[in-house]
Amino acid sequence: MSVLVYLALYAGAAVFVVATAARAWMYARAPIHLRWELYPVPHEDPAKVKHGGSYFEDKDWWTHKHRYNLAGELAVMVPEMLFLNALHEFNRKLWYRSFPFHFGLYLLIGACGLLLVAALLGIFAPALMAGALGMAFHWLYTVVGAAGVALSMLGAVGLLVRRLTDPDLKPSTTPGDIFNLLFFIVAFGVLVAGFILRGPEAPGILALVQGLLTFNTAMAVPGLLATGIVLCALLAAYIPLTHMSHFVGKYFTYHDVRWNDQVNLRGSKIEAKLAEYLTYRPNWSAPHVTADGKRTWADIATTNPWEGTKK
Amino acid sequence: MKDKIKLSDMSRPDRKPLTHLVNEELMPLPYPLDSPEKDHDWKALTEKVVGSVECGLDDTCAINIPQPKTKEEEDELVKKFLAGLDKLFTKENNWTFLQPLILSMEHCAKCQTCSDACHIYEASGQNEMYRPTFRSEIMRRLYFKSVKHGGVLSAWQHGDIEINWPLVARLAELAYRCNLCRRCAQTCPIGADNGLVAHELRKLFSQELGINAKECHDNGSVLQLKVGSSTGMSSLVVKDNIEFIDEDMTEKTGIKVETPWDVEGADVLLIHNAGEIMAWPENPGAFAVILNAAGIKWTLSSEIAGYDSINYGLWYDDAQFARVAIKHAQAAKKLGVKKIVLGECGHAHKALSVIADRVLTGDLNIPRESSMTLLRDIVMNDRIKLDPSRNDFPVTLHDPCNMVRLMGVVEPQREVIRKICPQFREMWPHGVDNYCCGGGSGFAIMSGNNFQDWRFHVAGRKKMEQILNAFQDCMDPSINKYLCAPCSNCKGQFRDMLAYYELWDKQRILYGGLVELIVNCMVDAKPGFIEWEWH
Repeated sequence: MSVLVYLALYAGAAVFVVATAARAWMYARAPIHLRWELYPVPHEDPAKVKHGGSYFEDKDWWTHKHRYNLAGELAVMVPEMLFLNALHEFNRKLWYRSFPFHFGLYLLIGACGLLLVAALLGIFAPALMAGALGMAFHWLYTVVGAAGVALSMLGAVGLLVRRLTDPDLKPSTTPGDIFNLLFFIVAFGVLVAGFILRGPEAPGILALVQGLLTFNTAMAVPGLLATGIVLCALLAAYIPLTHMSHFVGKYFTYHDVRWNDQVNLRGSKIEAKLAEYLTYRPNWSAPHVTADGKRTWADIATTNPWEGTKK
Repeated sequence: MKDKIKLSDMSRPDRKPLTHLVNEELMPLPYPLDSPEKDHDWKALTEKVVGSVECGLDDTCAINIPQPKTKEEEDELVKKFLAGLDKLFTKENNWTFLQPLILSMEHCAKCQTCSDACHIYEASGQNEMYRPTFRSEIMRRLYFKSVKHGGVLSAWQHGDIEINWPLVARLAELAYRCNLCRRCAQTCPIGADNGLVAHELRKLFSQELGINAKECHDNGSVLQLKVGSSTGMSSLVVKDNIEFIDEDMTEKTGIKVETPWDVEGADVLLIHNAGEIMAWPENPGAFAVILNAAGIKWTLSSEIAGYDSINYGLWYDDAQFARVAIKHAQAAKKLGVKKIVLGECGHAHKALSVIADRVLTGDLNIPRESSMTLLRDIVMNDRIKLDPSRNDFPVTLHDPCNMVRLMGVVEPQREVIRKICPQFREMWPHGVDNYCCGGGSGFAIMSGNNFQDWRFHVAGRKKMEQILNAFQDCMDPSINKYLCAPCSNCKGQFRDMLAYYELWDKQRILYGGLVELIVNCMVDAKPGFIEWEWH
């Protein structure tokens, strides 16, 4: 049983990492698009961010040094990531469900990190973990993990109920949307049940992680707990294959689209990229585009099919 | 009763409209438009239109797609649509918006947060058809089904949609029920962009099937590339008109006005929306008065498109957009000016300053600036003498989406107004949270069939509410009120909508630009530049 659990966890983590990276890579290597920003852009001058202004408000803006205000960007980005500020501001009812769900997941990820550190310390510096430090880790990952799973499940149930009952959400809800939320509820539910009902002889959570790290096949994992772990591993592998990978998409929608106000300066990298894109050969069919698959975007854009024709 | 429209209804094989709006179900308006029963009835589409073009969506028809005569013709159009859909997701055909489009396709959580932000959805009485995600959700299903070749599992995960001609025809119309103001995108927790989806759909139809709004294409960008301006004015005609405006301005202000043409090496090439020259000549006239008085070395250009900042391609077609933007830059390059300054036109601001930033390369990459900043510089640095007491009447400011939310030019116009208008009051909300005038994305120039009815009753309704609320404390026909809209397109919408609701006749709400307010309080000009007459 333990082999199956370990393999599921390693495979789940591997699929998660690879699929997430592949998705991010796909977005990152897309051509630089035309500018499509939305104001306020938080890395603008703080005096302008207050009212949503841009460097276009400055006379002869191209003669000024354009300072990238990273602190301003982080001041928006970090609370948005942690507390879902946009949802809080624009859709409070959903936030009451979505925030605990997402924050619970963050806590669970944090608990996994703590467990990993505790397990590594237990393997490589057992003396260090024998005393107060070990106890502190124990309480920390237990409390953080318990809070995380409780919040996530609560949020997932709330989201599921809302999706099934809210007339605004129902029309666009697909069976997949229901399944996704149920998957969280069931996977976490079985995990919690397996943990609670695991019996006194079963390994603790730290021992399990240490077993995972050392591939200790002698460890006996109770069936229900093993099922919960495998389900969670499957869930981890499933997430980046769906729109739930919006933690990846959101980075690009914010940084590459909403907040991308980077100027195309003469001789810049952007200009070099644009020069490449202008050599692409589109094949749009409408006659006015004059694209035949042979003419480049540069040819098309610099051709006026109506020049010299009468009104 | 509100229609209960489902996504699958879009594929319904008949040509009957899926929804019908009645005044009583629309968002209520404040005084004096607070009696829906007294509101205008909608004009019905004529039998000829219903029998010849595709109008199976709602009560109106914006783009007049001829009804295919045979099933084979329908199938051919569907095939072309799907081919265009594929092209939309290739870098060779759509490098311009590929990344944001894919992101919006793959990451919408269907939380409907955007719905409350959409003025059209709200004004329609929350009609499902106008929910910002309605068209996006169809597009998303088409993307997974047709572009990504999703099977049963994909349909289960993302939802299915039946692809047929009625769906395609309705989708084309639905792409023209969005002002592309992107207020929805601003509220999306994930950053998905329903406005972009509508924009890309318009592109697909235009660039692949040649389907677009006649007002934007044939009478818009094509005419501009043919003769130099979408107004149809050649350079000779425009020079004649400006000469007439100069004479008129000289008489009105008592200041000799002369507009310079084709001055090589000028500091500023000013490009107006040529619609101003035709419809609101006092606007380019006021610009000339101010720039001359401030000692700016400026010029207009008589090159093709160089005297018309309009770029309707922004709303429906990348090729047309790029062609016009390049013409603008070429006009500036030919004169060797230091910068291009855009007159009071929101979409021209965004088109040439923001979007074209990644089209214009090399020596065509000439600095572009908003007239709002130039005017702010002139007014706040006292380069002309002003007497704000001449503007002592209620003034409110409309924020053109393209200039404000989509470009970040928010404060310069406010600094000017605060200085010269003692009774200035903001609308609520304003700035980057503003609402569209309802004429955005070409609607202000689209009046075919009964489209105006939809434009006034639905698209412009939220803005109308804002305007009336801003003036509630002075809703008295003896008090002249001024709605400042530094955008030609928005002014077109206000002209039509204020007239439709008789708000000039009955409440003395006049609309106009920013420069008119400045000249109205110029000490050196004769008083009374704003004539308080309907035009």
